[in-house]
Formats: sequence, structure tokens, C-alpha cells
Amino acid sequence: MIPLLSVSGLSVGFGRTPQASEVVRGVSFELADGETLAIVGESGSGKSVTALSINRLVDFGGGRITGGSIKLRRADGSILDLTAASEPQLTKIRGAEIGMIFQEPMTSLNPVLTIGTQIEESFRLHRGLTGRQATAAAKDALDRVRIPDAARRLKYTPNQLSGGMLQRVMIATALACNPRLLIADEPTTALDVTVQAQIMALLAELKRETGMSMIFITHDIGLVAGIADKIMVMQNGQAVEQGELNQILDQPHHPYTRHLLQDVPHFASGRATRPDGRRDRAPDAEPALKVNDLVVRFPVKSGFFGRATGAVHAVDGVDFDLMPGETLAIVGESGSGKSTTARAVLGLVRSTRGSFSASVRKAAAGQSALPIQMVFQNPYASLNPRLAIESILAEPIIATGGRVDAATRAKMATLLKRVGLPENSLERYPHEFSGGQRQRLCIARALMLNPSVVVLDEAVSALDVSVQAKVLELLVDLQREFGLAYLFISHDMAVVERIAHRIAVIHAGQIVEIGDAKSVLSAPKHAYTKKLIAAVPTIDRRREHFELDTRQVPSLVRPLGFEPGPARWEQFGVDHRMRVEA
Amino acid sequence: MTYLLRRLAVFPLVLIGVSIVVFVAIRMVPGDAITAMLGTEAGLLTPAQREALSVYFGIDQPWFVQYGRWLAGLLHGNLGISSTYGKPVLEIILERFPLTLELALLSMLIALVVGVPAGVFAATHNEKFSGLGVRVAAMIGQSTPNFVLALLIIYTLSAGFGVLPAMGEFSPLWQDPLRNLGQLILPAITLGFAFAASVTRISRSAMLDVLSDDYVRTARSKGVSARGVIWRHALPNALIPVVTLSGIEFGYLLGGAVIVEQIYALPGLGRLVLDAILQRDYALVQGAVLFIAFNFMIVNLLVDLAYVALDPRIRLGEQ
Repeated sequence: MIPLLSVSGLSVGFGRTPQASEVVRGVSFELADGETLAIVGESGSGKSVTALSINRLVDFGGGRITGGSIKLRRADGSILDLTAASEPQLTKIRGAEIGMIFQEPMTSLNPVLTIGTQIEESFRLHRGLTGRQATAAAKDALDRVRIPDAARRLKYTPNQLSGGMLQRVMIATALACNPRLLIADEPTTALDVTVQAQIMALLAELKRETGMSMIFITHDIGLVAGIADKIMVMQNGQAVEQGELNQILDQPHHPYTRHLLQDVPHFASGRATRPDGRRDRAPDAEPALKVNDLVVRFPVKSGFFGRATGAVHAVDGVDFDLMPGETLAIVGESGSGKSTTARAVLGLVRSTRGSFSASVRKAAAGQSALPIQMVFQNPYASLNPRLAIESILAEPIIATGGRVDAATRAKMATLLKRVGLPENSLERYPHEFSGGQRQRLCIARALMLNPSVVVLDEAVSALDVSVQAKVLELLVDLQREFGLAYLFISHDMAVVERIAHRIAVIHAGQIVEIGDAKSVLSAPKHAYTKKLIAAVPTIDRRREHFELDTRQVPSLVRPLGFEPGPARWEQFGVDHRMRVEA
Repeated sequence: MTYLLRRLAVFPLVLIGVSIVVFVAIRMVPGDAITAMLGTEAGLLTPAQREALSVYFGIDQPWFVQYGRWLAGLLHGNLGISSTYGKPVLEIILERFPLTLELALLSMLIALVVGVPAGVFAATHNEKFSGLGVRVAAMIGQSTPNFVLALLIIYTLSAGFGVLPAMGEFSPLWQDPLRNLGQLILPAITLGFAFAASVTRISRSAMLDVLSDDYVRTARSKGVSARGVIWRHALPNALIPVVTLSGIEFGYLLGGAVIVEQIYALPGLGRLVLDAILQRDYALVQGAVLFIAFNFMIVNLLVDLAYVALDPRIRLGEQ
């Protein structure tokens, strides 16, 4: 049997001399009907370019196929080399025989067209449907991806739907004309874990229903365990290893595959938590940060005079304390209030109510010590591109009224060395550094004032997996060395497992479960925590499917003057408690 | 709806602000209505006669008293009487306005019909010679002063082809549409040329931005043809800056185009205001400026409403 797709010796380059700047070099693979191939690699490995070459979208990004062939067995049984296909031929194949879904559902749908129009377009182009027929077909397509109330949703524009819903719409669009091959380029990377689990389940189910083949691109090798038949690992534009799922996961040969499987954080249900820093060892220490009944509300205004008619309860009565040298991870989905909590602690948003106290550690002579500093999510956006590193590091000192003197410079040099950056970094600018290095710079900046607490808001989420592992290691080392307390905000359970001593699970602005990391991850008590943990992909769970859940995220808008009832807690063990629903 | 009411509620405040500024500014200009009206003969007036005329026109009072009177008149729909024409100000303005409005609409039509496709073409042929050609043409169009263009057009037509633009008494659209169009088409081209050049440049850059957006890639992955991608998916997203620019330009054109009106001998709002200022015709200047400001606000409101129609993400009245 001739395979559906057979790629051999594929090379792709960019720019005016594509031969000289190839980002994909000699990649070959085959894909049979109904089979799923996962292409795994970090950014810059060439995995997306490989995928985009198959439907030749790479041409629009300035790429040129410089060698090799991509042979597709078409619906009528003829073989077509896509590298030599003309643009009119390709527009007939795209959407009809090869569908594609992308990483960012929020930006991948046209914001000014209704989703109905966008789905109908596929039927118009490839099936020749018009008017009511096209609308009916679009409704069926939405039903197929389990979007409730499909007929009404057809009239929505993308801004009215959540990310998970939009990704379903994307899938509905891509699968509208029953393509025999679906290319999924990191389709869940921008989504919450629970939503990710939903999308993965949906893809697996649709694959079973339609018998389509799939190419699934991801940086997360744990994610593909649930869906792939074959895995291809890419590094620096080359396929370094490929084979059957179990073979790759259980007996990896190439050192890079082994690195991806072993050195990179994978979720291990509480088995990989940190052994150090248990809080029962120093029972009467003063907490570095104590947060009491923190409430943040944003008014919802309406009417002619803009009177407040309700409030978004972003954070609703959160308390916790944080010991020196301890990491408290706050986990939750987007919109749960975890980042708002962090911002309120730093005073970046005004809290409606509540108090916090932070103990000030003795600072080095001549320096003011702000007890709390922060490291943000996106290292590309959180360093001013016009300032040299020296000025960036001097900023916190100047902002607190200090002077840049010899001692400050010495401190900069020490910190740079400590976070693993070259000594000549001071005169350089942010664009000269990689993402991981920039995040190290942000960490150095946060440490300039000898803080006692560092708030890390998704601090490693934007980094590649192997860089993630190294930055986490650095954070743990720095914590031990300076006795720092970390407030670690994250949605990524695998990362949290590596760094947290304690975990607070936050849902709809309230902590629903808090306690020792090992205990929370291995024996979650609250239904929400259980759901969150069950959604985390792991290498151990192969071909496991999730139940589809089509509920939308609950609204946090409450009527004016609404107060939640007092929290009741149920205690499990020494340091683990769960909120009991009233 | 609430938004619309709130916007309309601001209108009177802005108009009062504008009128105070104009009221004071024009009175700070040296010279007065009496001198401007009578010319050298004003020197023959005895101080008593001058005094009497001042009282007659009400300009002997301090400016805020004059303003108060004027405002009271305004509330009764009375913008005052022009001292040069001896007719109600509103009547004069409304006489001139249709021409200005028509000219502005024609110019904008030309600008959009030429500019948007040219901009799209330049964006889709960005790295080609033809795209560069459009960009150069747009640059020239933007940097040519419109009186130069007007003279060039008139000269070419009369010297080159022996055709002259229809001159003479202006005929309104509803009386003689053909003759009216003949009179307005050249001025409209003159004004529309630079306008079209700006539209070309802004639609080009907006299209270039939009063409690299994710949803354009999605559209291509669905098998949408190159033409469908450009006109159905990209262009509607690129129109916001074009609408912004067109609104501002259109607003200016509604205030009259002094030079072009002068060259083509058109009785538009621009020349009316200029003459009124030169004549110190206070009532007319105030009325005209107020009218222009009002138009500007209406255009701005329409532009904002157009945003909502173009982009469902934009909700008016939200911060």
C-alpha cells in the first residue's frame, strides 16, 4: 500500500539565498492512513517549518523548499509531489485534503467575520455549498466538535468565545471537508491544562470517527503519549530519531531524545517534589510574607453615568503565609485570580481589602531593601530594549533612591556571574541575549535589592523545555543561597512539582486547597484539584482518554455588595487542607 | 445607545468652548468692523458717529457681554446678521455649504476608489518594481501642493486640449447636475489627489501588517484563493486606519478648501470664512466656525460608529 504521505530528503531555507540558510535539512518520514505522527522539538528545531512545507504555507512566510519531495496520495489515488505543485493546485488541496490547526486560536480566526461565515467558507470553496445549505453544514461542523448551542454560536464573532471554544471552532473549520490529513501545530500550547485535555480528547475522538491521519507538532513529549502512533524528534533542522511511540518513550537511542525524556520537567504525581525545606523543621520562624483575607474587585459599570452595577471578584478572601526559604506555588487556570493575587501583593493592583506584611531582611549597607521583587512571564517584553544591561540592573537601585556606586557595580557583576551570564554582559543590550538568558537577567534584576520575597509570575512558561529545566535549577540554587521565599505563580504542574514546597490551588478567586506539595499532588482532595491534576499529560499515561466536558468557565461577576460566606476547611495530615463547599 | 447619548451630551460643551475661543481671538485682531466696512471713509467719521455705529452693532460692550447676547441669540436659533451681506448668518452658510459638502464627498470618493486598491496593490506587490512605482507615485501625490496641481490641470486642459473647466456662475446640483459636475470634477480631482495618496500609503502599510496575521495564514490553509485572502480576509481588517484618516481629511474639507475654491472660482465655505475674517464680519466668522466645528464632531462620531461596524471587537463607551 502506498502511504498517504511520503516525505523524503526535505530541505527548506529562508531569505534570498535559501540554500545557505536552511532551517530544515534532509527530513524524511512516511505516514499511513489513520496514523498519527508526532513531531517533537524545541523552538528553532524546524518542526513547524516541516509541517508548513507539507501544505506549502511556508512559501508565504518567505521559505523555499530547496530539496527533497513530498508525495501525497490524493483522494482519486493519483500521487502528487507537493514541492512541485502549482498554487491553483495547492488551493484545491488545502482545506479539502490537508487541514491545519494552529497554536493561537485567539489570533488564528478572522476577528471581523462571524465564526459561521468562516466555517461556511470551507464548504463554499470545496463543496460548492451556498446559502442555507452552507449554514446547515457549518452547524453540523460545530456540533461535531461538541460546541453546545451551535446554531446560535454561528453568529458569534471570535472575541465572544474563550480560547478553548475557539480552538474547537478551528478544528471544526479544518475538518469541515473531511481532509484525510490534519496538521496540528502546537494546538494546545496556548490553552489551560484542563482545556488542553479536552482538545486532545476531542482530536482523538474525531480521529477515530473519521479515520484521518494526523501530524501533531509539539514541544511537550508528555502530551503525545496520549495520541501518537509514531514520534519523530527534531533538533536543529534534522530528524534525530524516529520510531514507534513505545520504542521512543521506553528505549530512546539519541542523546537528545533521552535529554527530552529525562532532564526536562515531566509531571510525576508528586514523586518529584523537593526533599528540602519542610516547614515543620523550623516551627516558630517569622513568615517572610503573610497575606490576610486579600480581596480584589473590579467594578462593572453601566448606564449613562457609569454607575457600578456589580463587581468582578478576581480575588476573594485569599490568605496564606510564606516562610523564608520556602516556595509557595499558586496554581490555577487562566482567570482564576492567581496573577491578580501576585499583583496585589506587589501593589501593582489596588486590593479592595486585606492586609499583608512582609518582613524586611537586613540589607547590605547603603542599600534600601524592598522586601518583595518580581519576575515576569515574558522575558522578551519585560526588559526595556533601549537600555543596556547595566542600566537595567541599576534601575531598582535608582528607583528606591540609591546611587550607582562601586558597591552597586560589584553587586551587578556578582549577580550576573551567579545567574550564569558572561561578565561582559553589562554593556550589552537585551536583544543580544536568548530567551533563557533574558530570564536570568530578570532574575538578577529582581535580586539587586536583596528582597526577602520574589514573586515569579509564570517565570519559566515562555521558555523552551530544556531551558526551563536550567532556569528552575538556578532558582532553587539561589533560594538556598540567599534564603529567598518564592511566590511561584504557574499553570504548569510539572514545573510546580520541581520547585514548590507548598501548593495553593486557586479557583474563581478563592484558594480551594493548600498544603504540602507532595501531599497535594499525590493525594488531591478537592474536586477541582483532582480535575486539574488529571488533565496534566504524562508519559506514563498512554492512549488514555478524557471525558469531554463542554461547560464554560463560571463568571466571576457578582452583584454589588455580594460577600461570599465564611470559608470552612477540612484538614488532612499536618499541612494539607481543603475548602469545603457550603 | 447610552454611548450615543453621552457623546451628544458633550457636543454643546465643545461648541461653547470653540465659540469662546473664536469670539476672543477675532476681537484681538487689530481693526474693527466699522473700519473694515467703510474703508478709508471710516476716517471721515466723527467720534460721535463712530460711537453711534459701535452702539448700533453692539461692539461697544465688553466681549463677555457681547458673548452673552450672542449666546442668547444662538439659543433661539439666531446666529446673528452678517455685517457684510446684511443677511442672517445661518442663511449665508447654508447657501454655501452644499457646494463644500459635495466637493468634500467627491474628493473622498475619488480618494477611496483610487487609494484603497492602489494601497492593496502596493502591499501585495511589496517587493516588486510595480509596488515601488505605486509608492513613489503616492509620495509625489502627497508632496505636491494642491495649487500647483490645480494650475497644472487647468494649464494642460486649456493649453494642451483647448478645453476649459466650466466657469461662470455656479449651478447647484439640483438645478443642472451635468453642469454642476463639470464645474466640480476638476476641483474634486485636485483635492482628491493628495487625499488618495495618503489613503494609498496608509492602506498599504495596514495591509502589510494584516497580511502577516495568523488568520490570514488560517484562510490560506483552508484553500482560500489569493484574491479571497486579500479582499475578504485581509482588507476588512486593514480598513480601520483608512477610516480614521478619511474622517480627519473629510472633516477638514468640510471646513472649505480656500486655495482650490479661489483658483476654480467656487463660492464655498473656505472663501466665505476668509472674506469674513478680512471684513471683520464677527457674526459670520463666529457662525461659520461654530458650524465647521459642529460638522467635525458629527464626522468624528460617524467615524467611531464606522469602527463598530467594521470591527466587532470595538465596543464604544468602554475604557
